[in-house]
Amino acid sequence: MMKDQKLWTWHLAAGVVIAVFLGLHMLTMHLDALIPIRALNVASEQRAIDWANVVARGRSVFFAVTYVVLLGAALFHGLYGLRNILLELNPAAGLKKLVGAVLLLAGLGLFVFGTWAAVASHTLAKTF
Amino acid sequence: MMKDVTYRIRLFDPNRDSEPHWEAFTIPYAPGMTVLDGLWKVKELHAPGLAWRSSCRMGVCGSCGMLINGKPGLACNTQISELHALTVAVAPLPNFDIIRDLVPDLAPMFGTHQALLPYVIREDVEERENPTAEFWQSAHELEQYLQFSYCIKCGCCMAACPTFATDALYSGPMPLAQAHRYNSDTRDGGFAVRKEVLAGNAGPWRCHYAGECSRVCPKGVDPAKAIQLMKRELVLDLLHLRKQGCPAPVAKKPTEIKRRDGVPDAPARTV
Repeated sequence: MMKDQKLWTWHLAAGVVIAVFLGLHMLTMHLDALIPIRALNVASEQRAIDWANVVARGRSVFFAVTYVVLLGAALFHGLYGLRNILLELNPAAGLKKLVGAVLLLAGLGLFVFGTWAAVASHTLAKTF
Repeated sequence: MMKDVTYRIRLFDPNRDSEPHWEAFTIPYAPGMTVLDGLWKVKELHAPGLAWRSSCRMGVCGSCGMLINGKPGLACNTQISELHALTVAVAPLPNFDIIRDLVPDLAPMFGTHQALLPYVIREDVEERENPTAEFWQSAHELEQYLQFSYCIKCGCCMAACPTFATDALYSGPMPLAQAHRYNSDTRDGGFAVRKEVLAGNAGPWRCHYAGECSRVCPKGVDPAKAIQLMKRELVLDLLHLRKQGCPAPVAKKPTEIKRRDGVPDAPARTV
């Protein structure tokens, strides 16, 4: 069992990753009119949700990687927090292990599914 | 000015009662009366068998921690007048088993405290056991842990902690703050030993920074701050960024002492 010292450190690191990448998401999708950064919406000078921009981001390896990293960070950060809440209910030792195992499996499953979706959309966007 | 004050006291005698129950007692009020003074009056006039812990009567020993009108505090340190109520409700500190009446069982708290090694640990055992001089420490280094050393282990912080209320395995604010007190003492070299305990479940990780421990501390200690600082130290340690200096050396003895001009000699010893 990994020590909480390590899990907590990763929890903090994941929080920083989320803050950076959610900031990037906000810049790309919601603040594009206010703070237009050409590198983020390369295909069109119109809105971020324009089809050309959507496809361009889909083709970008950078965006595909950031989706996966953000997904991993958000899953770890959220599920570790949920684990702490559940363990605070002081379950029995067996149940405690079960909680850890279920959350680990749920996290891995969602990460694999999300990664597959990111890779699939990247592959699909390249066909346009 | 009020003449009488009513005490509602949560009583429990394990030899007689199956559940704790409340009883009310009215006693004459005198200006300057503390909650502890009132308890003595209740014992004198109404309930000779009433049990609680107290000793110093001046907020130093930490014996008389109890729940006073819903807030953990020291009975000797709480004036009845500052409660702004005609009724004083007194109960034993929550989050502990009750031995009798207002006497909580603090043994688990002290057990956890002991497990976190709350004393100076050094490799130079000989110097520690048979000191030749004091260990050198600057005023700034002293300030890093001074406020945490004011803790009197009364248990009020443990009674106020919402995490400790639901999770008996959580070490609680007092033992953790005291572990940090020694970790941040430059005379101590025991971080690596304490880390064996603190890095695991017994560490500060369950603290959600509710801050109630710091709010109720009768000595003005800030255990919540100590716990957050401890988290930072443990994270920095994992990342190999923690500064781990050698424990403070023995202070050198002054080699040249000259009496200043005009300072008179000490008077002759009389004993």
